Formats: sequence, C-alpha cells, structure tokens
Amino acid sequence: MSLQSTTSQTVGPFFIIGCTWLNCDGIAGPDVAGERFTIEGRVLDGDGKPVLDALIEIWQANSQGKYAHPEDPESKSVETGFRGFGRIPTDDEGKFRFVTIKPGPVPGPDGKMQAPHLAVSVFARGLLRRLVTRMYFPDDSRNSSDYVLGLIELLRRGTLIAKKTANTENLEWNVVLQGDGETVFFDV
Amino acid sequence: MGRIAGYRRPFVGTQPNWLHPPYVSSIKRAPKHDPVHMPHTITEVTGPVFERNIIDVKAFDLTKQHKGEPLGERIIVSGRVLDENGRPVRDTLIEIWQANAAGRYLHNRDQHDAPLDPNFSGSGHTMTDSEGRYRFVTIRPGEYPWGNHHNAWRPAHIHFSLFGPAFATRLVTQMYFPGDPLIPFDPIFNCTADEKARNRLISQFDWETTMPVQALGYRFDVILGGREATPMEQ
Repeated sequence: MSLQSTTSQTVGPFFIIGCTWLNCDGIAGPDVAGERFTIEGRVLDGDGKPVLDALIEIWQANSQGKYAHPEDPESKSVETGFRGFGRIPTDDEGKFRFVTIKPGPVPGPDGKMQAPHLAVSVFARGLLRRLVTRMYFPDDSRNSSDYVLGLIELLRRGTLIAKKTANTENLEWNVVLQGDGETVFFDV
Repeated sequence: MGRIAGYRRPFVGTQPNWLHPPYVSSIKRAPKHDPVHMPHTITEVTGPVFERNIIDVKAFDLTKQHKGEPLGERIIVSGRVLDENGRPVRDTLIEIWQANAAGRYLHNRDQHDAPLDPNFSGSGHTMTDSEGRYRFVTIRPGEYPWGNHHNAWRPAHIHFSLFGPAFATRLVTQMYFPGDPLIPFDPIFNCTADEKARNRLISQFDWETTMPVQALGYRFDVILGGREATPMEQ
C-alpha cells in the first residue's frame, strides 16, 4: 500500500491559540546534566524586518548524545523529564529565547559522530511548509568534520553556528528567512 | 552498526513550494536558496515523544470549554492518521485551532469586525488511539476576509498540527469543508501544484459519524511520511 503524505499548509498568523499549551522554553530542567546555555535570536524576513508570528521548535539529544526516543539504539540513559523538545513563539520584536544544555554528539551517516546540534523547525505565516535547519555551537572543533555541515558551501555554513556573546552562557543565533545572510535550510 | 532507514521524501508536486506569489506573505519569507538535501540521521528519525498523561482528556471537545454552548453549527471531525505505507500512526499528538462560527479568531491581531464568542476559544488537542483514530467535537468555523488581495476571503478551515514518530514526519496543514465555494479562489489552498494532493485537504461529509439531532460528521484522514525499507546491514 502506498499513500502520499498530506500536503502542508501555513500555520497562519493565529497559531498561538493552538500551540501555547505546549510552549516550552526550558528544554532541560535543573536536574538535567550538561553545559547550560541561553540561546537568543530573532527571526527576520527578506527586508530584515522581524517576524512577529513565527514559531520555533527544537529537537535535541541530551548531553550524552542520547535522544529520548525508543529508536535511539545507544545504551545510554536519559534523565527523567528530559524530552528534548522546545517550542518557542517569537515575541512582538521577532525575538525568541530558550534555555537548554549542549547535546552530546550522535552518530552520523558517514560512521563518524556528528557535531553537537539542535534540529530546528521554523513555522510562520507566509511559510507554506515548515523550514528545517540546525543550530551548532561555536568553538567546537567537531564542527569542521560534521557530515551535514560539510554538505553546505563554506560561505553559508556560518549561518548555522551560534555566536558567542559577552556572557559565556548566552549564545546568539538568528534565523534569516531570506536575503543577505539567509540561513541554510534543509530538505529532510 | 547498520545504516538508518530514513523517511520517504514527498512525491513531486504534492507539497507546496515555499514561494507562491499569489499568497503575498510568502514573497518576503520564502528562502531564495534551494534547501540543502541531507540524508536522515538519528536526529531526523527520532522526534519528541508525548506521553498520554500530558493530554487534557477534555481537550478533544471544543464545545465544552466554557460555561455555555458556543454559537454555531456543532460538528464532529474525525479520521485516521496513517503513514505512507498504510500503517496507523498510533499515540500521536494532534493539535487543532480555528476561528469561531462568525469567522473570528481569539487573537489580539485578528481585527476582523465579527464578534468573539465567550464560549469558544477555538483550540483543542488529542492523541490518536492504537488504530490511529482521532475525534474532535467543535463548531463549524466561519469564513473570513483577509488582506491578501481585493475581496479576499478564506474558505472555512481548521488548522491541524501533527508530530508523527519522528522529526522528519512533523506536519502542519489545514482541513477544508466539502462544497465550500471559496476553495477554488484561495491562494493558500492552491499553493500545492498537484490537484489530487490539494483536494485531499477537503474533508468528506460522513453519515457514519453524524450523530442524530446532535452534529454533522466530517471525515479527514491525514497521511504522514512513511519509512523507507530498512537498508541491509553493512
């Protein structure tokens, strides 16, 4: 039997009323091990204007590189209460902010480990399908050998790597939907 | 370790392009670069797992969230969530949101001059059962005007959000109603090139779930990405 996936439609401008109950900007609670970061950024459109009606969703492993999912074959443990999911709507200035831990490396398609990363979905009015991207961490030597980053032309790779800020626990990462500095999005 | 079986990519034309100029909001928000094709890794074949106990068991009924009954025509929206291989997607979260019977969303940026309904918030969620079935009780949403072009009206629709088993299977879509005269003129409905794929967004009137005296039934099945055959062990 072969069916075809239902076609995607935009979330529209009013998704907040349906999604708020599951909003989560604290992906890792205090009991979850790992190096802790606050990640802040903005979603920007092709005119550089903030996108006030975007929704960011995060999917990530824990600090040992284990996903809270039955198909992860690694024999590592996951902290109770760690789901690895975040959902953050942008505010009236197009900003989003969440707190999490840096995930551990997970296996990649080339048999090597992937650099630590967050899988990110972006939804918004005007986006007929979600956009999929990844956020990597700055100053991580594993970025240079990461299989997925290696698929991207060198000049654009930086769009996926968060920037350090004056506060070492804070990272900045913007999502540029279109134009100068356009974030790399993936076909998954 | 063996290679990971990914999820199938969509058939050509069955998913919208990001840029669809008749939908004006896509013009400044659609990326200019093509998305970079990547294989599915453990990151993409896993995804958030929601336990049944986070579900509000009353959240499937949008007509019972307030003291009084909402205005409008009560309806039952039900169906199955299957994958492309025809297998039920069980225990998966479904979220919906919609306008009230007058075509107004409970949202501060909705400026449509139609009344809010104190007995209707317009959001619900549920989880599919072991056969992939789900069921919502709600009211039929109203059509409403929007600023996309002159005399633009959105057909009546309900927004659906689904997770499925993996990051790769995440889907947000909209369900429409059969016979709605606005559908052929809607740039959002029309964003998908494949006509059959588009038309699958239109629910079907369903006698089986229609409840005597109570509510008309509409059936809407959702198909999520199916797993590729497991690759041979290396």
